[in-house]
Amino acid sequence: MKVLAVNNVDLSINEGEFTAIVGPSGSGKTTLLNMIGGLDNITHGRVEISGTDISTLTDNQLIDFRLQNIGFVFQAYNLIPVLTAKENVEFIMLLQGISEKERKLRSEELLRDVGLVDKLNVRPNQLSGGQQQRVAVARALASKPSFILADEPTANLDSSSTANLLDMMAEMNEKEKVTFLFSTHDQRVIDRAKRIITIEDGKIISDERT
Amino acid sequence: MKTILKIAWRNIWRTPMRSLIVISSIVMGIWAGIFVVAFSYGLNKQRTQNSIKNSISHIQIHHPEYQKDYDSKFYLKEPDLIKTTLDGDSTIKAYAFRSLLNGMVSSPVKSSGVRIIGVNKNQEKELTSIYAGLVNGNYFESKRRNPILVGQALAEKLKIKVQSKVVLTFQDSENNIVSGAFRVCGIFKTQYTKHDQGNVFIENKDIQRLLKSEEFHQVALLCNSIEQVDSTYKKLKTNLTNYEVKDWKSISPELAYADKIMESWLFLIMVIIMLALIFGIINTMLMAIFERRKELGMLMAIGMNRSKIFFLVLTETLFLSIIGAPTGLLLGALTIKITSQTGINLGIIAQGLESVGLSAIIYPEIQPHFYLFITIMVFLFTLIAAIYPSRKALKLKPTEAIRTI
Repeated sequence: MKVLAVNNVDLSINEGEFTAIVGPSGSGKTTLLNMIGGLDNITHGRVEISGTDISTLTDNQLIDFRLQNIGFVFQAYNLIPVLTAKENVEFIMLLQGISEKERKLRSEELLRDVGLVDKLNVRPNQLSGGQQQRVAVARALASKPSFILADEPTANLDSSSTANLLDMMAEMNEKEKVTFLFSTHDQRVIDRAKRIITIEDGKIISDERT
Repeated sequence: MKTILKIAWRNIWRTPMRSLIVISSIVMGIWAGIFVVAFSYGLNKQRTQNSIKNSISHIQIHHPEYQKDYDSKFYLKEPDLIKTTLDGDSTIKAYAFRSLLNGMVSSPVKSSGVRIIGVNKNQEKELTSIYAGLVNGNYFESKRRNPILVGQALAEKLKIKVQSKVVLTFQDSENNIVSGAFRVCGIFKTQYTKHDQGNVFIENKDIQRLLKSEEFHQVALLCNSIEQVDSTYKKLKTNLTNYEVKDWKSISPELAYADKIMESWLFLIMVIIMLALIFGIINTMLMAIFERRKELGMLMAIGMNRSKIFFLVLTETLFLSIIGAPTGLLLGALTIKITSQTGINLGIIAQGLESVGLSAIIYPEIQPHFYLFITIMVFLFTLIAAIYPSRKALKLKPTEAIRTI
């Protein structure tokens, strides 16, 4: 049986946007995000990021492209459990080959920005869900990516943590011009998004800017 | 690199019980391997030493024809030349001239075929362990004529004891049947029952009186150490061209082969132990990867390349060995150090051991290079064990990390 995962999407995201992709379950939100992030292979069409057609890249080139250009925030935080908050943030910079001094400075700065300066040496299992997701955002920002892909980032958070996280991301978008692309069905995220793209069965049915 | 090592190290302690079980199996495997190797090596060395000490010595010299059919007419023609040559060699610790005859020993109740060994009692004392192995009587100290030393196994068979009278019957070099009555002066026991049952010792002067000639059929000698045997053997072969000179390896090839077979056998044992360890390690690492597949997928998603993932899993596997191997080696070395001094008493199977020339107490021993060999083997096999789980990790799709959230 042939299953079409996403279909005729034609989408362009500009630098500095704060965009939410919404739609019912099975509409193709996560698959679209995976394709944009180079995690899923594209069988037809292409994904171009800052002039690079990532569908032509090899696996290793894609890994390197993701490392240099894309920050990921996952629904279940997915931090490295054996590393502290600071080490988690530093890790991605380590993969980029950034010096120890710069890693230390930037990780501390990012964790301060997300309000976790007092949790530098704490491991993920000692942090709340909201705090873990903040570390995940700090990690995603650590590599200075072109944009951040966040797949249902608030799905496991309570209202207060969600509000805090969204405030923090909106502030980064405002001040640092960091591009965010969410897939979500969380109304709280949709309410804060500046652009809302609704897809259904792989087709964009609306694209609204607020 | 440092961070990957840190992650790998912390990862193995995420499930401490499981890691400790694998580490324990590595420790036990190496310990068992070392022990089996040392025990087998000690056993084989002891067998060789017993054989050299009780019977064959390091080197033997005969008439070139003697060993074809052990005929007593093939005696050593110029014993003085041999004596001078041996006296001039400082690597030789002791030697003894012997008269050898095949014959029959008869007690009032039974007879048995034996090899009659005529010895110079002082020379023989330095050469073999017959004197040290006396369990009853004395070492040719009786003032009565024709004393004879018999092995305990033979004494039991013939139902004789010290002071019992036996008759030796043999052929002289002219094929005449010669008989003589001998009185048991002592009973000896070595670690080889068959030797004790098949050999009797009498003094050269007594045998020569019966034969009416001074004939020696064999010179047996011991070097200062077994390492000197090869060079001494070569020298004697060059200097005594009219005689047949044989070293212990050619006298008793099965002992020399046993050394070689033992090496292959020990290698095989280690390989079997390592193979068992490999499967344990593979199983553990596969479980670890299965449990952490989301995490590994996430690492790939955020930009950790495949070689680093491979290195991470490889390092985790190696850490298990790095902890287990030295502990196992240390435990093994300690066990060998203790048991090489105390020995391992196998008294319960002493009879069986003595029937193949072994003592009841085995002293394990290991060549130092074997520790290095085992260390290399452990790391080599661990690397092999790490390949499959590492490859499994590489096949994970990063999307699994996101989709299974």
